[in-house]
Amino acid sequence: AAMELPPSHYPASRAAALAAAYVCYRRGSAGRGLALRALGRAGRQDIDGVGHKYHLELVLEDVLNEDSTVNCTAEVLYHLGNKNIAPDVQFTLEGELKNTDEADQIFYNRIKSLEKELVAENIPDSHGNVPPEMEPVRLLAWAASGYVIWQNSTENTKFQLAQIKQVKQVKRSDKYLEFDYMILLHEMVSQEIIPWQMRVLWHPQHGVQVTQESRQPKHPWE
Amino acid sequence: MKILLVFAALVAATCSEQLFVGDQVLRITASDEEQITLLRLLDEQEELQVDFWRHPTTPGHPADLRVPFSSLQAVKVFLESNGISYSIMIEDVQELVDEEKKAMMKSRRTERSTSTFNFASYHTIDEIYNWMDTLVDDHPSLVSKIQIGQSYENRPLYVLKFSTGGSNRPAIWLDTGIHSREWITQATGIWTANKIAEAYGQDPSITAILDSMDIFFEIVTNPDGFAFTHSSNRMWRKTRSINVGSSCVGVDPNRNWDAGFGGSGASSNPCSETYHGPYAHSEREVKAIVDFIRGHGNVKSVISIHSYSQMLLFPYGYKTAPAPHHQELNELAKKAVSDLAAVYGTKYTYGSIIDTIYRADGTTVDWAYDNGVKYSFTFELRDTGRYGFLLPSTQTIPTATKTWPALLDIMVHILEHPY
Repeated sequence: AAMELPPSHYPASRAAALAAAYVCYRRGSAGRGLALRALGRAGRQDIDGVGHKYHLELVLEDVLNEDSTVNCTAEVLYHLGNKNIAPDVQFTLEGELKNTDEADQIFYNRIKSLEKELVAENIPDSHGNVPPEMEPVRLLAWAASGYVIWQNSTENTKFQLAQIKQVKQVKRSDKYLEFDYMILLHEMVSQEIIPWQMRVLWHPQHGVQVTQESRQPKHPWE
Repeated sequence: MKILLVFAALVAATCSEQLFVGDQVLRITASDEEQITLLRLLDEQEELQVDFWRHPTTPGHPADLRVPFSSLQAVKVFLESNGISYSIMIEDVQELVDEEKKAMMKSRRTERSTSTFNFASYHTIDEIYNWMDTLVDDHPSLVSKIQIGQSYENRPLYVLKFSTGGSNRPAIWLDTGIHSREWITQATGIWTANKIAEAYGQDPSITAILDSMDIFFEIVTNPDGFAFTHSSNRMWRKTRSINVGSSCVGVDPNRNWDAGFGGSGASSNPCSETYHGPYAHSEREVKAIVDFIRGHGNVKSVISIHSYSQMLLFPYGYKTAPAPHHQELNELAKKAVSDLAAVYGTKYTYGSIIDTIYRADGTTVDWAYDNGVKYSFTFELRDTGRYGFLLPSTQTIPTATKTWPALLDIMVHILEHPY
């Protein structure tokens, strides 16, 4: 059974948020972050014995340049029953994304030439400030959190990256950059702020990889 | 370093002494160990009364030395005759002290006037409460401050009343900051309250509204939570009430109202962000508003402002059945949102709470609606997740400015559709 969904209603908007997070994971880098600008048409197909499949027409924007948008069609399949399988997401971007090779390389070289491993906290800070030199660190977290969001989403969740509590660069002898992040995810439906740890590998030509991620306990006094 | 200097100067100033007139600070760079030793000798000469702000340690690294006016000539001769290079970093220390004192006092003074209050930055609870008093001082015939109760930790719950007179006129209730981590809301509240006061007599719409109706505006609706976001946890949402039998603190003040209370659209777990509390109106912050609105008896609208998601919502959250006035509320929301989305990127969605965002039981607007307040709306301000709760303070003025036309639309509609 297939039906059209109002884009302003939550079933479509949750699927759209998930799709956008996935696209950001697959296409994000230190020089590029993508965010959901708008949801156009949306439809849902209930497939017996399989799950719910959403068809979405999205508009994504480049977070560094809000004038730059790209249209995207996506399909999200939430599997029935088994909560341990991540949803299937497929997408097609219409048109080209701005090339970020230069920005990626500049950041890569900068980090590679640091004498001491990078360490930072609270990005953004309480007032929403992000020091310009931390923006690429944040964009990497944005892309990596897309992976975590994808792996942990259901039709009853809507995750956003709320803050990087801490990031520590991990020393490596090969060409990759590695960062250990402690992030806070905001889950909209429960309104919970969930600490999450993730190990992120990155190289300008190799995209973002999350090699390890784990949900952390929240302290009762927080 | 300068802070220590100013402190010392202020201490001295209390004894009515001007300690540093004509004193200079020299930046000295010793070129070898011998010169370092000579500089240390300088320090030991008590009658010179020199004061190293940064001590000489290694050759090539600068040392900073405050030299009293009376010793200047002797010290300079000493340095020059020993070939120790130096430059004058501060020509007159007292001048610097005076300038800093003036700047500090000026900044304190300017913050006390509403015309120079920095709306583009986030403020503490004390700063907001002080600003409220200045708003009342600046607009005494329009604005007054009332206290409707106390928070769990005994902080006053203040409401600004905008009224041009009359007796118990039909009223509009506005609140911001019920969820303390939503900092853009308190900030928008401040700007908006100021706007209402300034626009009366200038803007025809707000003038017409205030000529027949009153506006009640609670800006820091959850002061305990707000203080906690400043002192301890920026992401705190709930009140700070102690939950009996649990180590977890706080109740979600937007699940604590007596409308569908205790249903699945809230949590019964005290550790949860949507914990509804032990019973409806258990929270003093909520009860105070309930009592106020009931006692007033003529409130025609409740507009509760939250963030984030960019939505304009109306009842119900606790049931799927459309509210009896669904069509009118939907049309009004549609109009308000179109006046909000004048610039791309500010796109808002609208609809009932349960359709648009999620099932939510025990909410402010559902209670208000079920108690006869037809025009009950919830705003979810910027953004849609990129910064979320940590919206940069540079966005406070654009957010408030762009929300204003939407608020006006609602208020004008209420004025034109009395009930």
